[in-house]
Amino acid sequence: MLVTEQDRLRDDILAWGDAGGGSREALIPLLQRVQQKYGEISDFAMQVIADVLSIHPVEVQSVISFYHFLDLSARGKFIIRLCRTISCDIAGKDRLARQLENDLGISFGETTNDGMFTLEWANCIGMCDQGPAMLINEKVFTRVTPELVHNVLQACRASFGNIGLEGKEEL
Amino acid sequence: MTDKPILDDTSRAPVSQRGYVIEKSGMDDAIGGKVTINIDGKDIKIPLGTTILEAARSLGIRIPTLCYHEDLCVAGVCRICVVEVEGQRTLQAACGYPVTAPITVKTHTRRVRQARRHILDLMLSKHYGECYACFRNNNCELQTLAKEYGVDFFRFGHPEKPLYAVDRSSPSVIRDMNKCILCRRCVRTCIDLQEVGVLEGHGRGADVEIQTFMNKPLGEVICINCGQCINRCPTGALRANDPTDEVWAAIDNPDKHVVIQTAPSPRAAIGENFGLEPGTALTFELNTALRRCGFDRVFDTNFSADLTIIEEGTELLLRLYKALVEKDASIALPQFTSCSPGWVKFLEHFYPEYVPNLSSAKSPQQMFGALIKTYYAELNKIDPKDIVTVALMPCSAKKFECNRPEMCDSGYKDVDYGLTTRELAQMISETGIFLPDMPRSDFDDPFGTATGSGVIFGATGGVMEAALRSVYELVSGERIENIFEHADIIPVRGFQGVKYVELTLDKIGPVPDLLKPLVPNWDWLKGATVKLGVAHGTANAKRVMDDIKAGGKFSECHFIEFMACPGGCLGGGGQPIPTSPSIREARAKAIYAEDSVYEIRKSHENPAVLKVYNEFLREGPCGHKSHKLLHTSYIERGKYIS
Repeated sequence: MLVTEQDRLRDDILAWGDAGGGSREALIPLLQRVQQKYGEISDFAMQVIADVLSIHPVEVQSVISFYHFLDLSARGKFIIRLCRTISCDIAGKDRLARQLENDLGISFGETTNDGMFTLEWANCIGMCDQGPAMLINEKVFTRVTPELVHNVLQACRASFGNIGLEGKEEL
Repeated sequence: MTDKPILDDTSRAPVSQRGYVIEKSGMDDAIGGKVTINIDGKDIKIPLGTTILEAARSLGIRIPTLCYHEDLCVAGVCRICVVEVEGQRTLQAACGYPVTAPITVKTHTRRVRQARRHILDLMLSKHYGECYACFRNNNCELQTLAKEYGVDFFRFGHPEKPLYAVDRSSPSVIRDMNKCILCRRCVRTCIDLQEVGVLEGHGRGADVEIQTFMNKPLGEVICINCGQCINRCPTGALRANDPTDEVWAAIDNPDKHVVIQTAPSPRAAIGENFGLEPGTALTFELNTALRRCGFDRVFDTNFSADLTIIEEGTELLLRLYKALVEKDASIALPQFTSCSPGWVKFLEHFYPEYVPNLSSAKSPQQMFGALIKTYYAELNKIDPKDIVTVALMPCSAKKFECNRPEMCDSGYKDVDYGLTTRELAQMISETGIFLPDMPRSDFDDPFGTATGSGVIFGATGGVMEAALRSVYELVSGERIENIFEHADIIPVRGFQGVKYVELTLDKIGPVPDLLKPLVPNWDWLKGATVKLGVAHGTANAKRVMDDIKAGGKFSECHFIEFMACPGGCLGGGGQPIPTSPSIREARAKAIYAEDSVYEIRKSHENPAVLKVYNEFLREGPCGHKSHKLLHTSYIERGKYIS
C-alpha cells in the first residue's frame, strides 16, 4: 500500500494524541514528539494536531512560535546551541563560538548548505558550574574546549543522527 | 460560600491552570459573603470575587481600560487599569484583581498616573498613523486615553514609516497591524467568543505580533468575515472594506440608477453614530436622508425578508413532505437558515458535510438584488446594466456574500455594494445632514413598506418567529394570535445562547392557493410536533452542531435558525462601535417595538410579496423561476488550508 508522508504524519499524530488523552494539555508533548521524529512541525502537522486536540491551528502555531526548541520548518540535522549567559561567557564561550563558526563556515542563526548543522545561541542551560556548555540536539556537552568542538563536529559528520554522539562526551 | 472552591468550567484553559470561582453569596450579612473595601476614600460593600474594576465602576470611579471588554474574558495584558493596593509592592491591574479581603485602593496616585502615561507612551511608540487619517478618529479608545492623560509628545518616539503592509485581501475585513496595540481583544473575540480561531498572538515578549495561521492574508484563511473583531478593536487596526467611494461615484454618474435597500438592524443602530442613545430607531428619517444623498430609490430589505420566509418556509414544508410522506431518505433535516453569510461560511469551513442541510434560499439581501435587476428593471423599463444596487447592512460578511461568484443569477452582479451602518453614517455626515432631524418619509414602491416579520430578522430568534407566524397560519388556517398573544412568540426571543422549542400542530386547514401546486393536503402534518432550535454567535452554533453530530436533541429538530453574530444582526460586525450586552439589548428593544406597531406582521400577508408571485414568479414559491433567481448553492470548503 502506498503511504504518503502526510498519511504517516497523520497516523503518528492520531496515535500520540490518543495516548495523551486528546486534551489541550497534551499539546506540548505532542509537538515535541513530532519535532523529534520529523525535525519540523509543518503546516499540515499543526492542523492535524489542532484537530486531534479540538483547538485551532493558529493556537498551535502560537505555542510553537513561543518556544525556541519547536520549529515551523526544518533546520539542520544537528542543532548546536551554545550557552551565552554570564558563567559560560566568563568561562570562555567566545573561543568556542569562533571555533564553531570557523569549522562550520556559518555564523550564529544560520544553517549549513548541506542541511547538517544549525548554529544558535542559547540562554542559560543550567550548567553554570561546568561551563562553557553547549547543546547538540538534546545532548549536553560541558567544559567544552575548541578541540572537543572539532572532534564532536567530526563525529556528527560521520554519523546519521543522534546515535553518532553516544558516548562522545570524552572526545 | 461552600467550603470547596468550584473550578471555573466556563474557561477553556487546561484544568490545571483554571481559576476557582468564588461563589457570590446571596446573603449579604453571611460571613465571607461580602467584604468592605475602600477605593479612593469611599467604602463599598461588595461580594467576594468582585474585581476592583467592577467595584470602582459601581462607585462611579473611572478606571481607564483598553484590553478589558464586557463580552470577553479578562486578559490583563494592557496594564492601563493599574491601581495601587495598600500593602502590595507593585501596581495591580484592576480588571484582573478579584477582591478576597478588605483592601484599600488608590486609583490615581502619582505612581499610578505616571505608570499609565508610560504605558500609553510605549503603545504610541509602535503605533503608526495619524489620527485624522483614520476611520476611528473621535471613536478611538487609544486616542481618548492619550487625550485624558495629556500626551503632548512622544516620549519613546513614534514610527515615521509603516512597519507592516496593510492586508486588504479579504472582501470584508481590512487588517492594519501598524495600529495594533496588542490588547488581544480580536484574539479573544475570534477564539473564545466566536470560536473561529483566525487570529492569535505569535512570538514572545517585545516581538509579539497578532497573526493569522502561517501569517497568511485574511482572504485565504478560515475567516468567516463576521467582523466581531472590528467591533471590539479599541483602535483602527481592524476595519471593514469600505466601498463608499464607488457608491458616491455611482450616485454622481447620471447614467446610473442607484437603488439602496436598508436592513432593519442598521436603522435601529445608526442613531448611535449621531450621538443618540442606543435603541433609537430612525427608519423613516433614514429614508429621507438617503434620498437627499442622491439614491434614486430606497427600498426595505424587509420585503425580501418576507420573501425569504415564504421561500424558506415552503422549502421546509417540501423537505418535510418528502421525508415524511414520500420517505425519501436523501432529504437533509434539520434545515438550517442561510440568511447569515458569516454562519454560512462557518458551516462551509467547519461542518462541510452539513452543507445539504442549509436552506437553498438566498439571504434577503441577495434575493432583493436579484429581483431589482430583473422584476424591477422590467417593470420600470430600465436596462439592468445601468442599475447599481447598494445594500445597507449591519454586517461585514455581506460584503463577502455579494461578491460570491454564485450571486449573479440576474445575469449581473445581484448586489453591487454592501455598506455597513458605520459607512453609511459617514456618507450621510459628508452631506451635512443631521439624521435625527430629518422629516420622516416612506419606502418607495413597488416594494413598499414590509411587515413586522421582516423587521425582527434583525434579532436572534427573529427568523424563527417570522417563519413560525407564517408556517403555522399557512398550515392550520388559524390565526397565530390564538396561541400567542399579539403574535409575539416570546419563547424564541431573548439573548439566551441556544434555544429549543416545540410546537404541536393540533389543527390543519386547507392548503392555501400559494402552495396548492406543491402539496395535496396537510393531513400528514396533523398532530405533528415541530421541533425548532435557535442559536446566535458561532460559538453557540458550534455547540448545536456538535450536538447534532453526536445525535443529541438538536439532531431531531426540523428547523434551526443560526446567526453568526452574538445577538443576531443587531450585534453585527458593521454596526456602530462600541458594542456591549446592554447596547445590543437596547437595539433589540427598538426592533421589537418597531415590529409591534406594524399593521401587517406576517410575511405571507405582505401584499407586495403576493404581487410578485402573481406577476413575476408565477410558478409560486420554490418554482422554476424562483429557483433560478432566489435560490443558490454552497461550497464544501473544509478547514484545512495549505
